[in-house]
Amino acid sequence: MNGVHDMGGMHGMGPILPERDEPVFHHRWEARAYALVRAMGAFGRWNIDASRHQRELIPGAEQLRMSYYERWLAGLTELLLQHGFITAAELASGKAAPGEAKLTPALPAASVPAFIARGSPSSRESTRTPRFGAGQRVRARNLNPIGHTRLPRYVRGKSGVIARAHGVFVFPDTNAHFRGESPQHLYSVRFEARELWGEAAAATDAVYVDLWEDYLDAD
Amino acid sequence: MKSKDTHRDHAEPHEHHGHADQRLPSDPALQVLALESLLVDKGLVDPRALDALVESYEHKVGPHNGAKVVARAWTDPAYKARLLADATSAVAEFGFGGLQGEHMLAVENTSGVHNLVVCTLCSCYPYPVLGLPPVWYKSAAYRSRAVIDPRGVLREFGLQLPAQTQIRVWDSTAELRYLVVPQRPPGTEAMTEERLASLVTRDAMIGVALVQPPQPGEPP
Repeated sequence: MNGVHDMGGMHGMGPILPERDEPVFHHRWEARAYALVRAMGAFGRWNIDASRHQRELIPGAEQLRMSYYERWLAGLTELLLQHGFITAAELASGKAAPGEAKLTPALPAASVPAFIARGSPSSRESTRTPRFGAGQRVRARNLNPIGHTRLPRYVRGKSGVIARAHGVFVFPDTNAHFRGESPQHLYSVRFEARELWGEAAAATDAVYVDLWEDYLDAD
Repeated sequence: MKSKDTHRDHAEPHEHHGHADQRLPSDPALQVLALESLLVDKGLVDPRALDALVESYEHKVGPHNGAKVVARAWTDPAYKARLLADATSAVAEFGFGGLQGEHMLAVENTSGVHNLVVCTLCSCYPYPVLGLPPVWYKSAAYRSRAVIDPRGVLREFGLQLPAQTQIRVWDSTAELRYLVVPQRPPGTEAMTEERLASLVTRDAMIGVALVQPPQPGEPP
């Protein structure tokens, strides 16, 4: 979707404000929100693409106003409701509905190190032949899907060169909507800065973007 | 310096969002407390697992991991070759990997090439080697400008690169996570791997800084 989350190339977002000796979390609630997202993600009812898309669906003006962990919390809450972990009535009361069977098992504390160490790999075994190879010129398709995509607006319609083939990976555009993983080849595509931004950009500079086969045509 | 993205004063009443959280108190601290207590009540969350998750990212995983990888790459050419060929396996030699680092790529700075990492679409970041991202990395300001004006962004970090240096910006649009291998600074030839690791900063491994040589008077 062409949302405000797709920020590459925008102006007017203000100065970058690095913070000296920045803590990992600025407030206890941020740490708890982060941990809740991971602990509930461990049930495997949704995937990373669905989780990202849920945050993209927060209305644009709200996204820009909210802090990072406020967006994570809003996204998580919506996913919990959609996937039936909690009801709106429970959310309002803060209590489990009477008679509601308790859902278990929760991620045990002892399993957290293994959960982190395992992660959730997105590569898939496949015998599919890659359509492109390193050095080949490609053009990013001019796609404007209303759903989730990882094809940033700033490369659409632009020409680049395959820098590296990464192998076969889950395709976010279908996976985010639970329409299957559609595994396909993923490539690092090099776009010259001048191709993306015009002659004012430095001739020496380039942007590398990881793009799936369904985003690309031979050029 | 306080950054606008995170440090809004939550004591100020503010309008709330047209989403699920409309049904929750407006203060995120209260929202999280209410949500955690509901999920614990339903048996969906073990609060000790939350403690363990927080503990991992506050005290175990962080840029000190990435610094070890970089220092090894500086001192062991065979390791550096493995790191640049297959970073996922090479960082796993230290026991680093997993969540948000399932697929890693290391990109090397040289005298002619400088690498810079961003995620324009969200906040993708190599957790196992750098920990959780700083607020500025997740900010609209950085995400929007790193791809269109990397030299301006680097100047904002106090880094002015020669015009002939090629800048490569890596936009983390997929599940590949990027680690910049900075250049080893001069004057460090006699240093141990451990001492070298202490010079390597998070910002240098994102690509917004160079690793600084030791200051005169510092122990070698």
